[in-house]
Parts: sequence; structure tokens; C-alpha cells
Amino acid sequence: MKAEPLDFEILPLGEDCAVISLGNVISEDVNRRAVSIAEAVNSFGFEALIEAAPAYSSVAVYYDPRKARSGVMTPFQIVRTLLKQIVPAAVTSATAEERVHTVPATFGGEHGPDLKEVADRRGLSADEVVEIFLSRNYRVFMLGFLPGFPYLGTLDQRIATSRRSTPRTLVPAGSIGIAGSQTGIYPFDSPGGWQLIGRTDVIVFDPGSEEPAMFRPGDSVRFTEAP
Amino acid sequence: MSLKITKAGILDTVQDLGRTGYRALGVNPGGAADRDAVRILNTLLGNDENAAVIEMHFPAATIEFETDSVIAVGGAHFRPHLEGFSIPEWTSLPVKKSESLSFAGRNYGARVYLAVRGGIETEQWLGSSSTNLFVKAGGAGGRRLEKGDVLGTGIENAFGPSGLRAGRTLTERFLRRPVLRVTEGPENNLLTAFSANAFEIEEFEVRPDSNRMGIRLDGPQIHTVDDGELVSSAVAPGTIQLLPDGSPLILGADSQTTGGYPRIARVISADLSLAAQASHGDRVRFRAVSLEEAYAAMCRFEKDLSFLRLGLRFRAP
Repeated sequence: MKAEPLDFEILPLGEDCAVISLGNVISEDVNRRAVSIAEAVNSFGFEALIEAAPAYSSVAVYYDPRKARSGVMTPFQIVRTLLKQIVPAAVTSATAEERVHTVPATFGGEHGPDLKEVADRRGLSADEVVEIFLSRNYRVFMLGFLPGFPYLGTLDQRIATSRRSTPRTLVPAGSIGIAGSQTGIYPFDSPGGWQLIGRTDVIVFDPGSEEPAMFRPGDSVRFTEAP
Repeated sequence: MSLKITKAGILDTVQDLGRTGYRALGVNPGGAADRDAVRILNTLLGNDENAAVIEMHFPAATIEFETDSVIAVGGAHFRPHLEGFSIPEWTSLPVKKSESLSFAGRNYGARVYLAVRGGIETEQWLGSSSTNLFVKAGGAGGRRLEKGDVLGTGIENAFGPSGLRAGRTLTERFLRRPVLRVTEGPENNLLTAFSANAFEIEEFEVRPDSNRMGIRLDGPQIHTVDDGELVSSAVAPGTIQLLPDGSPLILGADSQTTGGYPRIARVISADLSLAAQASHGDRVRFRAVSLEEAYAAMCRFEKDLSFLRLGLRFRAP
């Protein structure tokens, strides 16, 4: 494994959130580090901590400033001081086991109305796009946009395609979309601008379940063609 | 102990102070848009600050109390009436069985709250009574309130003093042209010097398509030095994102947990209620303050609220 850069920045996002920034990049190494930092902060669990949530290359640490008080330092300074100790330690303890999910899907036609456009724009056939799409596992970089929506990557550059110029007002739940070198699965019917290449019946977010989100940051996803 | 919706409003939901601990799954905290109002009203009634309340937009619901209770109304000024008589806001008031609460018109503000002694009893989702309309969970079956809905109200603490009023330091805060104090966002440095200046000097008008997700603003175009793509990162209510069309968006209680637009500022927590009450046509301005000033303002509110809490304790029987 490559040596990971140790530099990070801790910036305030208002009075109750400290953002640990590892740079403005999409990289599996950097994201692995963000996920392990979030885990380390949550398990360290200082009194004012509400929660830590990882994104692509950053971690948001939410805290209750009323519980981080001292005579001279502001709540943000107190939290930053704690994080400066936790963050470097998190890098070495990153041994989290990756969960792999299999997601059966159907591609093209009404389930993937943009498959043809993606193929045309990339100079491939629809079958080739699907074959390339299915050829690798994708990492869950983060969940966001909608509850349980996984930001997956990284796509083979041959099929990376920019968003639609006009977003759709209704994307059906289960739709699999492409945006640049990312892919994702819509958990709910919602508006959306990603290129839709297929759809799955898998329930990505089930509010009635103890663990409502199917994916967690750091998981792996393998798509298969549904029988 | 219960109350009944006899006429539905345009958007009435059960809310509390929101759910935390699930942002890593993309689940936003949600909850009341005007948190300060909810905390004040619940404190007035001797409730837990996080007790569930009804959040209403205008036109608001008409609500009949099916049992004697004690209530408090506050937030936006929608001219509340009980049995046709005007009632004071920010005051705990006894109500009798079959009396009806209605709202006569909107003077200012975007959302009003009804708190009931003991709180509204509804289903919880992920540890909160807040209604998440998107997921369809929490509150009254995850949906907006409809005519005929009957909601249970807590019996805990159902008897106690009424006629108590929150002081003006807490409640005199709704201005038609609020100046929202903001702290610098992580991407503030991307603004051009001209835009950074315009953001602080010019006035912005609240657009009609503002809602619980965010407040859209019309005003001078704000620009960044380069429009390179940002990798998605955390956002929270009060975060001011700069949209690609050059207009700022103040995120609300139902905002996403992450976003890819520049976070140029964040409204300080003491002024989040002002932002939450800004409605179509209102004009807002921004003033940059230091994080220290933001914490000082937060402490002032907390102190005023704790005085209210202490005052009630002395008057309790």
C-alpha cells in the first residue's frame, strides 16, 4: 500500500461542526483514511461529540458546543485539540473489514433509459458499456444526497460520462446512475441528474429496519446481471 | 389526553429537535426549522426541550382540544385565536375540552409552533418524533397532518401553572429585514474580492420556492475565482452554499447531509431562527462575525433560556 499523506486541516463549519479535510480528491486511499478517522472519532467518543460522518476526502465532526467549555479555549479549539490527537492515531489502526454486497440489476430499456446515450457518447455498444460496468467492484465512498444513497466508484474511464444537462424530475427508486467517474443507486423516487443505465429491486434504504441503510461507507458493491 | 385536526393547513407536521447519529447514512437530523421557538415553548410548559410539537405553515391548521390542557404558541406571527378570541403568543395558556385553536392571518414569519404540556405523542423513528416526509417516517406516520387526525398528548406534568410569558429578550427577534450573522465557510476563500464584499453589503430577497430544505435568495450575483469541481463534503442547516447560477442558498432543517457547492458561510446558531422565519419577499442581509462572537451570542440565548427555566421552577407549586 502507498504511504498516506499525514497532513490534514481542521476547519470550522459554524459553531457545532469541525471538518477534517484531507484534500479535494476522489481517491480510495484518502477515503479509506476518512472512514477510519470517522470510526476512530466515534469510538473515542468525547463528551461533547454528537457524531462523526465521513465524506469522500473529509470527516464532519458534529459536537454540542455547550458541552465543550473551558475558561480560555472556544469549543471549536477544544474539539480541534482533541481531533489533532485522534486523527494521526486513526491512520495506523485502519484494519476495518470490508463488506461486499451483490446487487443484481437489469440494464437498458425502460430500466436504463440513458444506456444508449452513454454508449453513443463513449463510442461503445450498450453491451460493452454493461460488460465494462460489471467488470469491477465499487467502493462505497460515502452516503449522502438521499438517505442511504451510496456514492460508488471508481468507474472505468471508458464509461465515465458527465451528468445529463437537464435533470429528470422523477428518477424511480432502484435506478443505477452514472455521473463522471461515480456511480450510485437511488434509494427513493426522487429528482436526479445522473445518467440512468439500469435498475435493481434491492431495497437500498428500509426505514422500518434496525439498520435502515444497506450500505456503509467503506463497503464494496458488485453488480450482476439479474436473471 | 388528545387533540384533533379539524381543518388541515398547507403543511403541518409533528417535529422535535431532530435525530442525530445517522448522518453517516445520509439521514439528516430534520426536526423543527425554528429550534429556538420550540425550546422556548417547551420550557414555558415545563416540558423536556425536545418534546414533540406541531409545526405549521400558513394557512395553518385548526385544532380542537379533546381534553383540558395547557398550550403555548409561538414562532411566526399568524394571529392565533382560541374560540375566536385573540390569544397571546409565547405564553402558557389553559385550554378546555372542545375549545378550538385557529390562526387568522399571517403578519410575518414562515412557521408557527403549537406546544402542549406533556408533548405530542407520536411514533418515533431513529430516536426522534420528527416527521421525515421524504422517507415517510416519524411523527404522524411520516406524513403531513390531515383533517380528522387525532394526536395523543402527554399526561406527564399535565397540571401546573399557566399564564407564564417568555421575556422579550427571548422572543423579540423577528424582523422583516433581518441581518443574519455568519461565520466563514470552508470555501469562503474561493470568492472573488468583489463578491465577498457584495455578499456582506447587498440585500437579498427570499424567493417563493424557499421551503424546509432551504431558502433561495435573489440578489447580486456572487462569483468564485474558479469553478473547479468540489468533491462532496458535509453541510448542515444554516450553511450558505453558492449555487452555479451565482445565487446563495441557506440550507434548512430538511437539507441534505452533504453537498458539492462552495460553502461560503454558515448562519450562526443564535440567528438560525431568524433565517428559519424568513419568508417569500423578506429581505435579508449578512454580516460576518468571528467564531468567538458566534459562541458569545449562543451563550446569551442559553442564559436567557435558563433564566426562563429557573423562573418557572420558582413559580411551580
